[in-house]
Amino acid sequence: MGSLFRSEEMTLCQLFLQSDAAYACVSELGEMGLVQFKDLNPDVNAFQRKFVNEIMRCEEMERKLRYIEKELKKDKLKIPDSDSNPKAPAPKEMIDLEATFEKIESELREVNTNAEALKRNYLELTELKEVLTKTQTFFREQGHGHHNVVEDAQHALVPEERVGSGDAIHKSVFIVFFQGEQLKARVRKICEGFRATLYPCPETAQERMDMLRGVTTRLEDLEIVKKIKAIYHTLNMCSFEHSRNNLIAECWAPAKVLEEVQAALRHGQDIPPTYFMTNRFTKVFQSIVHAYGVAGYREVNPALYTIISFPFLFAVMFGDTGHGFIMFLFGLWMVVSEKKLDQKKNDNEIFKMMFGGRYIILLMGLFSLYTGLIYNDIFSKSLNLFGSSWKFNYTQETLDGSFSLQMKPEDIFDDATTGAYPLGLDPVWQASINKITFTNSFKMKLSVIMGVLQMASGVLLSVFNHLHFKHYSFVLVQFVPEILFLLCIFGYLLALIFFKWLTINAHCASCAPSLLIHFINMFLYKYEEPANINGTVPAFHCDNMGPFGNYSQFEMKCTGQTVFYPHQRKAGLGARSHEHLVSSEVLPGQEGLSASEVDISTSVSINGGRGDAVMTMEEEEEGDAEAEFDTGEVFVGQAIHTIEYCLGCVSHTASYLRLWALSLAHAQLSEVLWNMLFRMGLKMDLPYVGSILVFACFGAFAVLTIAVLLVMEGLSAFLHALRLHWVEFQSKFYHGDGYLFDPFNFKEQMDPTLDDQ
Amino acid sequence: MIRNSLPVSNCQTNIQKKKLTMTRADTAFAVVTIFWGFIGVVCPILTGLFMRKSPNRGIVQIMFVMTAVCCYLFWLCAFLFQINPLVGPQLESNLIRTMQYEWYGINPQHTPEHPEA
Repeated sequence: MGSLFRSEEMTLCQLFLQSDAAYACVSELGEMGLVQFKDLNPDVNAFQRKFVNEIMRCEEMERKLRYIEKELKKDKLKIPDSDSNPKAPAPKEMIDLEATFEKIESELREVNTNAEALKRNYLELTELKEVLTKTQTFFREQGHGHHNVVEDAQHALVPEERVGSGDAIHKSVFIVFFQGEQLKARVRKICEGFRATLYPCPETAQERMDMLRGVTTRLEDLEIVKKIKAIYHTLNMCSFEHSRNNLIAECWAPAKVLEEVQAALRHGQDIPPTYFMTNRFTKVFQSIVHAYGVAGYREVNPALYTIISFPFLFAVMFGDTGHGFIMFLFGLWMVVSEKKLDQKKNDNEIFKMMFGGRYIILLMGLFSLYTGLIYNDIFSKSLNLFGSSWKFNYTQETLDGSFSLQMKPEDIFDDATTGAYPLGLDPVWQASINKITFTNSFKMKLSVIMGVLQMASGVLLSVFNHLHFKHYSFVLVQFVPEILFLLCIFGYLLALIFFKWLTINAHCASCAPSLLIHFINMFLYKYEEPANINGTVPAFHCDNMGPFGNYSQFEMKCTGQTVFYPHQRKAGLGARSHEHLVSSEVLPGQEGLSASEVDISTSVSINGGRGDAVMTMEEEEEGDAEAEFDTGEVFVGQAIHTIEYCLGCVSHTASYLRLWALSLAHAQLSEVLWNMLFRMGLKMDLPYVGSILVFACFGAFAVLTIAVLLVMEGLSAFLHALRLHWVEFQSKFYHGDGYLFDPFNFKEQMDPTLDDQ
Repeated sequence: MIRNSLPVSNCQTNIQKKKLTMTRADTAFAVVTIFWGFIGVVCPILTGLFMRKSPNRGIVQIMFVMTAVCCYLFWLCAFLFQINPLVGPQLESNLIRTMQYEWYGINPQHTPEHPEA
């Protein structure tokens, strides 16, 4: 049923590695990135592990490389991005690497301490060039190497104002020519007294550039060092077997790639990690499910259904074709220019988040387009594609008579030729004064319908879980009561809604039964004779179903779970006792309710807790003294689960009404923006100036539409749709108690920002 | 036909015996049901045939089915809600005048005397 239905099958493998080959093997596994290593030495201190020295050496190397990198960045030298993925070298090469880094680091330090002086010297070199050109004749006469020019030359004052390159200090250049060592010393002293600088050798700057260039290429080694460190961390997780000089490693790997990993062993006893093979489309839906809780191993995965149900519920709350279209275009742009945007490495966090959810945005926009068509709402205006079904024809007198007219459906609504509007809501409603009353009724019922159906599908999904984990009894004692409860109460409500839509029409409007009152009466067991109420549809008499379903399965759920669950846990117990208990639970018959039966059912249900306690006591009396588990604990646990589920059904159904609330808010906001903002510009009757004003009004309208209606409402609907999935849908079947498969992957060690596989 | 086909009570004062004609609503019902039925039933089967090797086959099938179910249900609710309306729209008189003129071509200058409810 697709690879997203459940998490992948995992295999626990044991690797036996020779000490010499261990390093190379782990290196290969890291390149592949498909296995997760288990820590076989969990209680060993980090400093007592076998490879702690190597790790310390790696960290030292890392520190040196980081220092070099920092220096390069300071000089704004470009560090070439090597696309090559160098493999981790053998341990012998590690020593060479260490030596190289040591040398480079010391050189760099030395270089840095002279950096300031070097810069100044370089500056003075340019001054020297200037002086040279001016006093060329003098130097030619001397004939010495330029290195000793200053000291051995005669004194000649050439006062010049020279502005040095880089700093605005006025300098005067002078040349001193002299002979002999004593004079040299004296000249030096005088120069130092006046803080004159000596000219350096030009090669020094050249030398520095060469050294830095060499260092740049070694920065690739940073990658190698990180790999070495990662390998040693992994090797630390292996247990060492002295007898055969082996290392034993345990790792998780997906079953499908077993051949590649070259291992074969049976399953372990503890819980494997959860792994889903996702592509770039399904990845984002899986991640929003994982944000709430990682799926347990081989549990049914809600992400598969979230792909469609999440954008759909968003669209029910968003419901505007115009806004949906803009959102769709935005998503489409991001998807089409995927590669370009991915490479740009934008640092903007918000854009990165939106880019990550580009497929969700695309789908949300698409579904909003559709729901907007059904709600007949395009920037708060309606489309009249097929012609309204409300065909009215009033005389002028009638129209002059009152400010507004209320149309009666039995007269105006065209039942005979057109019937209901073919696509969504009739366009006549958009302009009507009582639009909200009409749409409220529609959207509230729609929300309840959607909610009950989604919850029912959630409960149905739990069957797959029960069957897979071979808890066959759970299907009877957990699933059946749950689905009965949900359908008998809220499924019944759904049936009532559809029934009322189909049968009650305007000719009977005054006597149309109120669903709400009827529902309340069902819970209160208040029945009215059909003869008394004029016009109660006979079909409504089947509301015996409601309470019957309600209470019977509630009892069944309480008792079933407490009775059958212990039965399953204790294989050897006789079934007699349990059957006896269950049969005594004869459910009240369906033909009406006589007084006595009412008493029985009410007494049992009201005293549900006590009744249950009585039964379990009987059960214990029948001699299941040998308890591998605590009956009381099981009973309490299941009672809590029962109460949680039953209360949850009621509250979650009400929670789905947020679908109505948010779509109402969105429609109203959209209408306000149009009426109060854009329409003001359109209504102005100013020639020429009006065009500029309309332009400005439209600008404000557009900005507010995007900021408020698209961004704010979009985020709001996104959040609420997400909550509906996380709480209302997933609580029916999802446990979410697993942990993610975290493979040993070099790519992730290199680039810690690469958190999505 | 999607009208009062289910048995109603004796409250109904004027039981209409309508001719069984295909209204626009019936056509719409048929067309939309067939459309989403195609997407929800035929497309997954076709996907099963064409995407036999791909690991994403199941995902695409589920997507088709769920889209069809959700969208059809949504349309169906909107449709069923309006087939037997209990209240009508309340419009401003001027708007009614405009609508009558634009939609139904009823010119206020020469309006024949039509008895309305």
